[in-house]
Amino acid sequence: MITESGGLQHWWHQRLTAVALIPLSLWMGFSLASVPNANYAEISAWVGSPLNALLLIAFLVSAFYHSILGIQAVIEDYVQTEDIRAQGLVVTKVVFILLGVVSVLSILKVVMIG
Amino acid sequence: MAESNRPISPHLQVYRLPLTGVLSISHRIAGVLLALGLLVFCYGLLAIAQGEESFTAFQSFSHSFFGQLILYGWLFALFYHFCHGIRHIIWDFAKGFDQDMMDHLAILEIVSSIVLFILAILLAR
Repeated sequence: MITESGGLQHWWHQRLTAVALIPLSLWMGFSLASVPNANYAEISAWVGSPLNALLLIAFLVSAFYHSILGIQAVIEDYVQTEDIRAQGLVVTKVVFILLGVVSVLSILKVVMIG
Repeated sequence: MAESNRPISPHLQVYRLPLTGVLSISHRIAGVLLALGLLVFCYGLLAIAQGEESFTAFQSFSHSFFGQLILYGWLFALFYHFCHGIRHIIWDFAKGFDQDMMDHLAILEIVSSIVLFILAILLAR
C-alpha cells in the first residue's frame, strides 16, 4: 500500500497551491498596486464586494498554506538542531493558521458589516 | 544526529554560483520575504476591518519610505517568485533542462518579473 505522507504530500500540496496561486497572485499583485492611492471608502467598498472578498480569501488561504509548506522546507534545510527545528515547524503552522483566521474574519466583517 | 564542530570547506565564499543557482536562492529568499509580507498584509486587512481611523493610520505608514519599500519590495518578490515558480512547474514535467533552455528560461523569467512589476505599477488606479 502506498501512502502519501511526509515528503510526497508536501511536494504535491506545494504544487497544487502553486497552481491555484497562478491566477490568484496575478490578480492580487495587480490589485495591490492600487492600494496606496485608495482612501478608506474606496478600499472598504473594494474588500467588501463579494467577488473581491472571495478572491481575496482564496488567495490568502492558498498563500498561507503555500507559505507553511515553503517555510517548513527552509527550516528543514537550515536548522540542524532537532529541537529547534521541530519547534520551528510547529510555530510556522500556528502563526500562519492564526493569521489566516484573522484575515478571513476581517474580510468577512467588512463584507457583512462594512 | 548530534551537532558537530568539525570545519566544513568554504563554498559560498569562494565559488561563484551559476545564474540558475543565483535565481534559485533568490526564489527562496523571495518566498521568505513574501511570507513575512503576509503578516503586514494581514495587519492591513485588520486595519480596514477596524474602521477609518485604523486604516488611515495604516495608509500613512504605507506612504512612508519604509512602507513604500515594503509594498513595492513585496510586489516585486511576488512577481519574481511567480515567474521562477512557473519554471519549477516546467521542470516538474522534465522539460527545460538542456543548457540552451536553461539560459533562455532564466532570461525570460527575469524579464517577465520586471515587465509584470512595471505593468502593475502603470495600471494602478
